[in-house]
Amino acid sequence: MSILVNLGLGVLFGLGLIVSGMSNPAKVLNFLDLAGTFDPSLAFVMGGAVVVAFIGFRLVLRRDTPLMAPRFQLPTRSDIDARLIVGPALFGIGWGLGGFCPGPAFTALGLAAPGTLAFIPAMLAGMWAARALAERRA
Amino acid sequence: MTDFTPFASLIGGALIGLSAVLMMLAEGRIAGISGIASRLFPPYGDRLFPGRLAFIAGLVGAPLLYAAVTGASVVQTVSSNLVLMVVAGLLVGFGSVWGSGCTSGHGVCGLARLSRRSFAATGVFMAAGFATVYVVRHVIGG
Repeated sequence: MSILVNLGLGVLFGLGLIVSGMSNPAKVLNFLDLAGTFDPSLAFVMGGAVVVAFIGFRLVLRRDTPLMAPRFQLPTRSDIDARLIVGPALFGIGWGLGGFCPGPAFTALGLAAPGTLAFIPAMLAGMWAARALAERRA
Repeated sequence: MTDFTPFASLIGGALIGLSAVLMMLAEGRIAGISGIASRLFPPYGDRLFPGRLAFIAGLVGAPLLYAAVTGASVVQTVSSNLVLMVVAGLLVGFGSVWGSGCTSGHGVCGLARLSRRSFAATGVFMAAGFATVYVVRHVIGG
């Protein structure tokens, strides 16, 4: 059951990325190009997503428990450490170079563009390395 | 150039938000793609691997479904500079996990939760993205 629900949620998330244009790196890079071919569309993606999530989370979190898990697991930290600056800085540089963040990269796998096939294994290797390094330091 | 698509982008964004809300309702978790994808690797602290793999499979399958239902092809213009894309992939993968989230976990879910950490992270990766494209297109490329 959980597998089917997660599959459906992944499809819904992916359709959102496609319909919104966020799955297209050219559109992402134009959004980031304030001084050139600026395309403000992605501000609307973020706006739409955040407004729906803002309202929806508040409705959902009135419940005592989620439907398929014993409890809600929300991040509880509020400190801003070096990792929270270094990580997003590296991520943002990579995002600006390739136009892919993780979600859109997965939606691009099926079209199998050479750039995508180079990006995804590298991204997974980077994720693995970050987890391994974090484990070692913990 | 890409076309300015405010309505499609708003609707697509709402679908992303809806997926995040339903994830919270069903699993009680944040729909953060970097968190979900990175936990496909060991060590495993829980038994959610099959669900995570299914979510990623849904992302991969979404464009096929979209094309089958609408008859429209999915437009994705990806750089063919493979060295650039490998470097970009390493930075995106490492940075998103090191910073505990990406565009979805921090940028959508975190902002919607009014998380201080997510506002900081989103500000940093947006600024880094703007700066990188500026350098690539207008300093080096210009």
